[in-house]
Formats: sequence, C-alpha cells, structure tokens
Amino acid sequence: MQGYLSLWDQYGEAMLSAFWGNIQLTFWAAIGSFVLGTILALMRISPVPSFRAFGTAYVNIFRNTPLTIIMAFGVLVLFGVFQIQFSSDFDLNFFQIAILGLSIYHAAFFCEAIRSGVNTVPLGQAEAARAIGLSFLPAAQLVILPQAFRGAIAPMGNVLIALIKNTTVAVAGSVTEISGVMKEMLEIRSDVGLLIFFTVAVMFVIIVIPVGLLTTYLSKKLAVAR
Amino acid sequence: MRKTRIASIAAMAAAAALALTGCGGGGGDAGGDGGGDSVKIGIKFDQPGLGFKDGDKYTGFDVDVAKYIANELGFKEDKIEWVSAPSANRETLLETKQVDMIVATYSITDSRKERVAFAGPYFIAGQDLLVRQDDTSITGPDTLKGKKLCSVTGSTSAKKVSDSYPGVSLVEQGGYADCLGLLETGGIDAVTTDDIILAGLAATPANKGKFKVVGNTFTEEKYGVGLTKGNDTCEKINTAISKMIKDGEWEKSLKANTEGTGYTPNADLNPPTPEPCA
Repeated sequence: MQGYLSLWDQYGEAMLSAFWGNIQLTFWAAIGSFVLGTILALMRISPVPSFRAFGTAYVNIFRNTPLTIIMAFGVLVLFGVFQIQFSSDFDLNFFQIAILGLSIYHAAFFCEAIRSGVNTVPLGQAEAARAIGLSFLPAAQLVILPQAFRGAIAPMGNVLIALIKNTTVAVAGSVTEISGVMKEMLEIRSDVGLLIFFTVAVMFVIIVIPVGLLTTYLSKKLAVAR
Repeated sequence: MRKTRIASIAAMAAAAALALTGCGGGGGDAGGDGGGDSVKIGIKFDQPGLGFKDGDKYTGFDVDVAKYIANELGFKEDKIEWVSAPSANRETLLETKQVDMIVATYSITDSRKERVAFAGPYFIAGQDLLVRQDDTSITGPDTLKGKKLCSVTGSTSAKKVSDSYPGVSLVEQGGYADCLGLLETGGIDAVTTDDIILAGLAATPANKGKFKVVGNTFTEEKYGVGLTKGNDTCEKINTAISKMIKDGEWEKSLKANTEGTGYTPNADLNPPTPEPCA
C-alpha cells in the first residue's frame, strides 16, 4: 500500500495529464471521424455509382487495416520520409498526426454505423422526399439523415467507446498518453506492477461507463417511433 | 442445497490452488547439481548484439554470458531452455518461476530489488547516442540543443532525456528498430539508449557502416543477472562472471558482438567487479 501511494506521488500528475491527452485525442478524433464518416455514408447511399464505389472501397480498406499500422505509417512515412509537419511545435505535430490517423480509421466505422441508421428509415420516406421535388442532398439533409442519426445512436456509441480505448494506440505515434506512461511506470516502478495495470484500467472504466449509459439512454429517448 | 453449493465452491478453489501450484513447481531448482535437469534462462529475443533469436540460434553478449554462467553451474549448452523476457515481464517471470535467471540488459535498481534479487553486475552500460556515420555535430549530451532524438516509449533513457535536457525534441517509438528507420531517413538526428544496445543495433548486417556510437556516456546502468529472492545461486554466478572476465571470454564476446561500430565500453567502469550477494 505504501508503495502504491508513493506511485501516485511520483506519477499521479503524469498519469492524469497523459490521460487528459487521451481525452483530447478522443474529442478531436470523434469530431473528425464523425464528419468524415457522415460524408462517406452519404457517398455510399448516393445515386452516383463512382461515389458508392469510393465509399465502399474506403470502408473496406481502412476497416481492415490495423490501427497500429496507420499510426506507424503516420510517423515513419509522413514524418520520417516526407518530413511533413502539420505544426511547427514538435510534440503537437505528432498529436495532430495521431488525430488524423484515428479519424481516418474510425471514419470507416462511423460510416457503417450511420448507414445502419439509414437502413432504419423506411424506403417510402426517401421516395416521398424525391416526389416532392427534393434532390439527393436536400433529401438526405432534411429527411433521411435526421432520422438515421437518431436510429444510429447505439452503434455510434459503440464506435465512440472503441475510439476512446483505441487512443492508447497513439503511443505508436509518439504521443504522450496513458499507455506510454504505463510502460514507463512498469519499467521504473516494477514493485507495484499489477496495481499499475489496474489503475489505468479503472481510469478507462470511469470514462467509458458514463458514455455507455448515456448512449443507451439517448438511443431509447431519441428513437423514432414508427 | 446451500451447503452443497458452499462445498462445491470450496472444492473448486482447492482444485484451482492445486492447478496453480502445479504450474509454479515445474520451473524451480537452478541449484546446479547438473545432470539431467535443464535451466531456463530469460533473454531478450529482439535485441541484436545482446539477446537475439536468429532462426533457431541465439546470439549476443547476454547470450554468451548466460551460456558461460550455465556452464559454470553445470548445465551444458543443450540443457539451456531460452525464454523470451520482455522488459515489462521480467519480474513476473522470476516470481512465478517461469525462468531460473534473467540475463536481458537488466539494470540493477532499488525498486526492482523489492521483487527480485541480482547477481553481478556483469557489464556497466551507460546512456549514449547513436548518430549517422557522417554526422559530426553531435558529440555528447551537451550538443543536443534543437536536435531531434528518438527512444523507446517508457524506457529509462527516454525519461532521462526529457527530464535532464529540456531543449531536445523527443520522438518515442515502440522499438529501437523504428527509431533506426527514422534516423536513416533523416526524420531524427540521434537515437538514445544504453551504449551497448546501440552498438549491437549498429553492428547488424543491415545497418553496418551507416551509424556510429558517439561514445560519451552520461548515465550508469549496471546490468545484473536477475534471480528469484532467496536463491542459492547468486554466489556461484558471481564467481562465474569473475572467471569469465579473467579468462578473456568476456572481452572476446563483447568485441565480436559490437564489431565495426567503433564502440568500446567505458574503460573506467568495465570490466566490473560483481557486488556481494544480499
């Protein structure tokens, strides 16, 4: 117990600030992947065959590529070979690369979650929208997507939870986040090994459980009554 | 009803306890009476020049030291069972008796001594820098201002740099091979960790001639042989290490594993004298 308390003395601040990094990654990547995912979902349901093909190809490529590889690509190729700098600040640059990687990867999942929501909207709605003269985009914007989002809250919640936990993969992209600090703690404070794992696990549980409860609540409350 | 349930839980717990002790019992007894027994030694499988699994062969300085010690303890080479010992698992491997000893760039520190015991040190390494062969601008830690460095996430070396040299940009990667890739393409200017690890990396056939070790160490890492607490082999291992240093095998192995990198270990500290066993 003494050893565990001294772990908090030594690493408490580092752990919390690193975990804050995970939360920031989640926030920005959630926005990025939601926007990109929505665009992809629109492509997949659009009447233009080449858009549909692109959307399908994107989803199949990035859904089947391990996130670690996307992260490693960001650092070893974007930064290492092409020397691309999104930001003049050295550490911020990796943070942005990580957000980009997380967004690209999770956009595929958001796209499929939204598309599952689209499938809950009866075909008649789309036909009715077209019948009153709306073209594809206004029909999607005014009729299909509002209902689709409401039907897709539960699957999008699942993707968000996966995203929260996947932010730990950003460690491969040289971002200060909790799993990197965990590695450091295991290296230097091996006397309290298991408790370190436990502490980090509890931090994620504290964040993930409310997200799960909230999405379950919203998916019931906002479900479209038909 | 209630009674049978409690009884069945108790029976299950007992069975589990039996199964667990069954697992733990197999590994022990590196007592060194030789003969038919084998010895399980934990090494790194992925650190060229120190502990490296090359097909079905094991090479490196740590491997040579381990073989020498095992031989002195009465285990011939074919009685050694090599076990992969990644940094994060080393204490657990020893505590659960999955290995009898660990020779895997294992620095002797006080917090580790709370869970395991050490024999040795058999080598004293120090944090150093690896740069491109043609780079003359980096000569030591004081010339790092504004440079980009790479080290492995969570390692002592990464921590040392970020704590002591605030003007340095640090990239953290999962392994040193990734760092070397970045160094080669010019994304970073230097890789930092213990000098012997750097030398081992630079000496691999794929990297030969591309990088050099700066040779200006700024920390002291005593590599020891990790043992379980309450072992009875520490003294014998220390004797074996002293003997290896004395009969020249130690230097021979070191030279062979770092050839072509211009690396020589810190001569003030090496070869070390093993510390008395606790």
